[in-house]
Formats: sequence, C-alpha cells, structure tokens
Amino acid sequence: MTRTTTPPSRPRDVYFFATCVVDQFFPGAGMDAITLLERQGIRVHFPEEQTCCGQPAYTSGFPDEARKVAAHQLTLFPNDWPVVVPSGSCAGMMKHHYPTLFAADPVRKAQADALSARIYELTDFLVNVLNFQPEDKGGDCTVVLHTSCSARREMGVHLTGRQLLGSLGKVTVAQQDHESECCGFGGTFSVKQPEISGAMVEDKVKALKATGAERVVSADCGCLMNILGHAAWKDEQEGRTTPSLPGEHIASFLLRRTSK
Amino acid sequence: MSARERILSKLRAKMPSTVAEQPDVAGWFATHRVVESAADKASRFRACIELAHAEVHAVTPANWLTTLREILRAKGLDQILVSEETTHGSAVLDEFPAQGIACQVYDMAIEAWKTEMFNATPASLTAARAAIAETGTLILWPDAAEPRLMSLVPPVHFVLLDAGKIYNTFFEAMQAEGWANGLPTNSLLISGPSKTADIQQTLAYGAHGPKELVVLMLTEDEQ
Amino acid sequence: MSEHILEFKPAEGFRARSKAVVDNPFLRQSFRGAMDFLMSKRAAQFPDSEELESLRTLGESIRQYNLAKLPTLLVQLEENLSRNGIQVHWAETPDEANAIILGICHAQHAKLMVKGKSMVSEEIELNHAAEAAGIGALESDMGEYIVQLAGEKPSHIIMPAIHKTKEEIARLFADKVEGVDYTDNVDALIQIGRNVLRQKFLEADIGLSGVNFAVAETGTLCLVENEGNGRMCTTAPPVHIAITGIEKIVEKLEHIPPLLSLLTRSATGQNISTYFNMISSPRKAGEKDGPSEVHLVLLDNGRSQAYADEQLRKTLQCIRCGACMNHCPVYTRIGGHAYGTTYPGPIGKIISPHMLGLEATSTMATASSLCGACGEVCPVKIPIPELLMRLREEAFTAPHADPAMVGQGAGYSWLMTSVWKGWAAVYRSPSLYGLATWLGSRFSWLMPSKQGAWTSVRVPLKPAPKRLRDMLKERGE
Repeated sequence: MTRTTTPPSRPRDVYFFATCVVDQFFPGAGMDAITLLERQGIRVHFPEEQTCCGQPAYTSGFPDEARKVAAHQLTLFPNDWPVVVPSGSCAGMMKHHYPTLFAADPVRKAQADALSARIYELTDFLVNVLNFQPEDKGGDCTVVLHTSCSARREMGVHLTGRQLLGSLGKVTVAQQDHESECCGFGGTFSVKQPEISGAMVEDKVKALKATGAERVVSADCGCLMNILGHAAWKDEQEGRTTPSLPGEHIASFLLRRTSK
Repeated sequence: MSARERILSKLRAKMPSTVAEQPDVAGWFATHRVVESAADKASRFRACIELAHAEVHAVTPANWLTTLREILRAKGLDQILVSEETTHGSAVLDEFPAQGIACQVYDMAIEAWKTEMFNATPASLTAARAAIAETGTLILWPDAAEPRLMSLVPPVHFVLLDAGKIYNTFFEAMQAEGWANGLPTNSLLISGPSKTADIQQTLAYGAHGPKELVVLMLTEDEQ
Repeated sequence: MSEHILEFKPAEGFRARSKAVVDNPFLRQSFRGAMDFLMSKRAAQFPDSEELESLRTLGESIRQYNLAKLPTLLVQLEENLSRNGIQVHWAETPDEANAIILGICHAQHAKLMVKGKSMVSEEIELNHAAEAAGIGALESDMGEYIVQLAGEKPSHIIMPAIHKTKEEIARLFADKVEGVDYTDNVDALIQIGRNVLRQKFLEADIGLSGVNFAVAETGTLCLVENEGNGRMCTTAPPVHIAITGIEKIVEKLEHIPPLLSLLTRSATGQNISTYFNMISSPRKAGEKDGPSEVHLVLLDNGRSQAYADEQLRKTLQCIRCGACMNHCPVYTRIGGHAYGTTYPGPIGKIISPHMLGLEATSTMATASSLCGACGEVCPVKIPIPELLMRLREEAFTAPHADPAMVGQGAGYSWLMTSVWKGWAAVYRSPSLYGLATWLGSRFSWLMPSKQGAWTSVRVPLKPAPKRLRDMLKERGE
C-alpha cells in the first residue's frame, strides 16, 4: 500500500500513541521518540487513556473484541493534530484497518476515517513532515536495519528508516540477506505455530548477525521483541554472557547519535 | 435437479446485482506497449525467441530451400515431413528427394501411421501464420494441410515465417485478425523448443515436444 | 455442499509435519534455494514497477468482471463449446467429476489415460478413482511423472517435484524405470522420461488435461505449458477430457493476453510459456489428427460457497501462478507436503477450507505471520492476508445460524474466546489497563521463565520496571 496522506505543514502539536508494547516493554524507546520530536520544537501530547490499537485480537480472528478496544482509542485524539505512532504495525492497524473495522457503524466509521488520515508512523513523520536531518555526533558504527512487514507493505514507509540512518555521517548501514522477509513474529502466530515462527526468527537472526553489524535497529518493537528474544536465547544456549546481537528502537539510536 | 442446475442456481442467487465495467484491455496496451517499426519488430522477435533457445535464419524466397537443406545436412538429418498441399511443402517435395533428402508427407489420418509419426519422423516443416515480437512467439493455426502433430512430435521443427507478418503483441494479433469472431480447431503460440525445469530447476530442452525449433525468417530479396 | 469425504484432515498433524521439515537442515536449504531462484526469476520479469502495478490492476479487474458475471458466462461457454462440438459436463463434487470421467473412459473401453498437469484432477484424486476402476492414469508432466513414480503428491502447483534433488530422482529412475542405469545428468534424466512417455502418448486411449482459461465468447479451452505434454495429451489420444474449476472463465478473448502475461511472468519468470494451446473443437471432417471427442468437466467442489460471499469470492480470482508460495516465508520453511492439502501455500490456505470444510482446515489459517508478501506479489491482487484473517474469524467464532462456510466455528473454544473477551475488557478500559500494566511492571519478577511456545526459542518476556506513562509522569508531564 502506498501513502495516501499528503504531509501537512509542520505542526506545533502532535499526539503520541505509544502502543501497548512500547508502554510496557520498551518505554525507553517511547521516551526517546518523544524527546526526538520535542527537540524538533514539537509539543507532544500523550493521552493518558490510551491502551492498545486492538491489532492482536483483530489478526487473531476476533474482530468484535478488536472493535471494542479500537473504539476506545477513537475518542482520544479530539484536536486535529497528527498522531505519531512508533510502530509501523500499530500505525497500519489504525490507518488501514480501523475504517474497515467500523464499516458497519457510520458514526465510528467517520471517526475512523478522520483518524486514519492523521496517523503517521514515526520515521515517516520525521522524514516527510519534519524533514528531520539528523546531525551525527557519534563515532564510526555499523548497524543493520530491520523493517517490519507492516511498515513495508501496509504503510509503504520502508525507505524512511533507511533514509534517517543514511543521513548519519559515521554510521554504515549493513545489508542483510533476505532483508524484506518477515522475522516470524506475527503476533499470536509466534505461539500458535512456534516451529515455523522459530525457524523464521532463527534465519532472520543469522542473516542479521552475518552482516557483522554491532547492532540491529528497527522501528517496530514487536519485531525487536522477537529478534532480540531469540538472539538472547541463543546466547544463553551457547553460554555467551555478552549479547551477540544487541538492538534497539530506531528512535533510541537516533537520539543517542544526535546527542552530545 | 441436475448438478448443472444446482451449481447455476447457487451462483445466480449470489450474483452481484451491479454490472461490472468491462476492463479496458485496449487502453492498457495503447498506453503500455509501443508500436514498433517492421525492422524493430523483426529484431525483437528474433532476440526473444533466440533467448528461448530457438535457432533463427534470415532467408529469402530465392535461398530458403538451400538454407533448409544445409541446416538439415549440418544436423545430420536426411528426412523431413512436409505438406504436399502447401506451396512451401511442394517446393521441398520437388527438390529434396533428388538431393538425397527423403520427404514424408502427412497425407492420411494419424491413426494410419501413428507409430511411424512417433518413432520414425525426425523433422518437419510447417509455416507460421504470423508472429509476436514482444515475446518471440510464432502463431500457428494447424489445419488439414499441416495438422497439429506436425509441430509437436518430430524432434526438429522447422518453421517458415514471413517476416512481414510480425505483430507487436498477442493482443494486437488477435485484434487485427478478428480472432474473437471464430477460432479454428486448434490455435497455437509457440515460443521455443519444448523444455522443462522440473528437475532441480535445471533447464533441459526436448521434454516432450521438439528438441530443436528452427525459424526460417523470410524477407523479400533486397535487389 | 461437498460430500466428498477426505480420509485425513490436513489440519491434524500440520505442526508435526512442519516440524519435521523445519528440523531438517538439508530440506530447509533446498526449499530456500528453490524459492530464491523463482523469486529472482519473477523479479527479472517486472523491472518496471509502474507497469507491474497497472497490469496487476488490469488483471484484478478482468477477474472480478468475469466473476461478477460467472453464471451467465458459464451458460455462454456451454452454448459455444457445444456448438463447436465439445461436450460439457457439470460436477458438484469430486465424486461426481470422477464418475463423469470414468463414464467416458468406460464408453471408450479405455485402458490407459495420459494426463497433462491438472491440479483439479489432483483435487478430485482422479488417479485413485481411475486405478480402482482398472484404468491406468499416467502423469506426463515431468514433475508430476516423477512424483507419481515416487508414490507422492505434488508439493508445488507449478513445480510438482520441487522438493526432490536430482540425485533422488536419479535413484528413483534407476529403481523404478526398466532398463535404466543411475545417472544424475538432468538432460539424460529428461530423455529417459521423454522416451517412456512418448510410447504412452502413442498408446493412450484418453488424454486428460486441466484448463488455464476457458473463453466464453469463442468456446475455447486454453492451456499454458512448456513441455509439450499438454499438447500431446490433447492431440494424440482419440479422446480428450479437460477438467476445470468453474471459476477459470473469461468472457472475451481479449481478456487472455494480460492474464497470460501475468501468469507466466509471475509463475516461472518467463515472458511467455513455450506453448499456449487454444482448443475450440474436436477433429473436424477432413482434419487428419486431434481427438474425435473433446469433453469439458466443470467442477464446483466448494467454489460456489466462496462465490456466495463478497469478500471470500476474491479467492476465486486466482490464476494459479504459485507466486504466493514462492514468496511465502512459511512455505519456504516447510515446503508443500506439510500442508496436507492439494493446494499448498497461501492460496491453499484460503481455497482449501471451501473444498474440505473448516473443520478439516481450521488451523491452517493460523499458519501465517500475515507478513503480506503473498498479497504483494499476487498478479490479480487477491488480498490473501485479509482473507486469512476472515477465515480465522470464521473458524474461531462460536457456531451460528446461516454460516458463510461449512465448518464455521470448527475452531471455537470457550476458553480462547473468554481469554480474548477478558483481554478486550481490560484494554478497552483505561483504569483496568492501568492496573494490569502497573502490576505487570511492579511484579515482573513473577513472570514465569517458561512462557509456553514463546520461550521454546526466545528468552521470556518481561515488562519494564516502569511503564512509559510512569516515566512521563516522573518527568513532570
């Protein structure tokens, strides 16, 4: 899918929808994303009542349950500000699936359409709305970028993460084998089909490590949970005490590289 | 109720009520395919079919028989199946036997000589009706004179193609010739010798049809 | 609905079969290599992404246009085929289709049927039915021939023997083909197959084929192939029987060029196949070869069920190119046999439930990470991930009246539904969410070190000691 929203002029305020994964498992990534936006002179608003986009239920075949959770999020963004989401996957849910989810409910469908138009994945927002030109203040470093399937195929924003990393002068971005292939997370897929999911993440981690990059960065914490979770398990299995594949959200990496 | 009625009634009950718009195939080809000059079409046709492992020889009305004979010799073939009902077939029949190349003719129904066709017919010659530049494709409409198996069973298939009859695309060919108004028993597109990649994705030629496809591209004499 | 009873339920044992492949590094490597090969061949055929997208859009509109008129077009096709002398038969179930085909064979006193590649004939298990009736059914596509010789089934709809190495095939030929010594030279192996099968084309009483497209306006059956065995089966024997699903129909001949181009480029990365064979009648008076009888069997087998639902109908847009399997990370890991269905891979997951019922296939839809690679390459833009989610919903929702498909609710579990209901109750309520996640962050040390399937290859999940909302509060937001 290609981007359907024309970037607005530079806004003064944005909403931040953290996603439940970032809120609970990667809060640092959320803080770093907010700080990055604030450094660009943006006022970031975090509606306290936010929970989850509803995707886990939606993709598991429980659209009614997803609808209940999604309906709650629809009410959280009253002002006409962009909603920035540090995940291609959750942004894809809100941008592309909310209108379908509420197709039978005219009032909520209108809300969903209006919200959909304001949803931005973080790296897309940084590049295409803020024209963010990160100034690299770190030393030489090689990283490898993993892009989530939703960011790539649903949001069509697979180039913006690469663009951001590419503008960091001393950072080399390594190219992994089968870059566009899924890491094997897929929400409940990872536990419903653990053998296949396990084989996919095993291959993904091997490909990432084979680049020799010192770390993996991604704009999606779901993938990171899976990739880093497997890399750490492999380290345990093989008796390594330092992580063989450290990783973090691209927001954390960008913030560190642009801080003194 | 018959199976036919049951299937149709299930489908009819759920058929969309709105009439879908006819897809604009002509519009797509008009905007996505360039119409090339005769020379460009000929060279594109040749490049494509050669890439698919066919052999192409440029010939003229004056030299095509000689060329055919030389290729047969070079391939160690001394026998060819032709049609006695076509001018090109008759031309071969008139000349080749005297030059030591035996000619078989397809003059009776296949049932009468199926074993010979399968086991003792090393080569054949047919004409192509036209060709398609985009994909390097020969168009054949087998008929009573040059039946279907002639272009399939013999391991080497020679095709005489009038280089002036090359269309840009398959779509252009069927439109120009009004195929929608009626098709023969069998119409064929052939784009190379028979092949398969069914064993470990390794390409091998001569799976079931001709192992070699030789195109004689006929242009008028220059002078 | 289909009354065909399958002896074995594909969903049962799916995980065990997947695991067996996943744990075999040799097979893993071999599938990966084969899929990489097919993916790069396809990519080379579509250098211009604008052209690709507009052609896919055209292909989608052609398929949707024709499906919208399907019952009308079937009748038009029947009329025109009949006028041309081709006999049309209708079958609602695999059993009916087999009975029709065997009836034609018996009328001919047929002993041997040679078969061109036809996935629909696999779908109805024709080979078994024919052999039970004392008629030899011999596959003639090289890949199908190999698979039949090995007593197996195709593992890919385009490349049936893609799971086999040339060494395995060499051993198979040496063991099973009379007078053949071991050789792993591919050309030599193909020549062995050619020689065996040539005699069979000569002897066969019946030629059976599939159909890639049936053209209603002209009454024409179109076949796409590279080997020439399809032409052999449809030309050499005295009787030709074609079998196809009812959805493979187009109204106009002009619909064919875009679909053909999409099919061959997406399937094997060829700009066109070696042969495109269009059959419009049996042998006419004065013609010297070709079958004297041509039959077409139109098979439903659950397709009318998919047709009845606007969303599920998109399943029928498929032109069977196999690109979805070539690009699927799941198919790449487990190969075609693990699925246990005639059609493997993403297309198999969305079409099989209509053929076999959701009870036999309910867990198949869960074997996808919904990565979207299949939908991205589909030449007729079938939204496969969306359909997979729909099938999950059909499988897991409690059985209800007037279901869209046979076996609706087959995967329903009170426990699982309660878990999701509970999840929704928490996540729709900021206060419950706040409480649950607060507890999670404070008591993360209570998280078990074994978390079911997750920790089979990953470290356990542990909530961070402070949530983002806590960090923001502390910062003085």
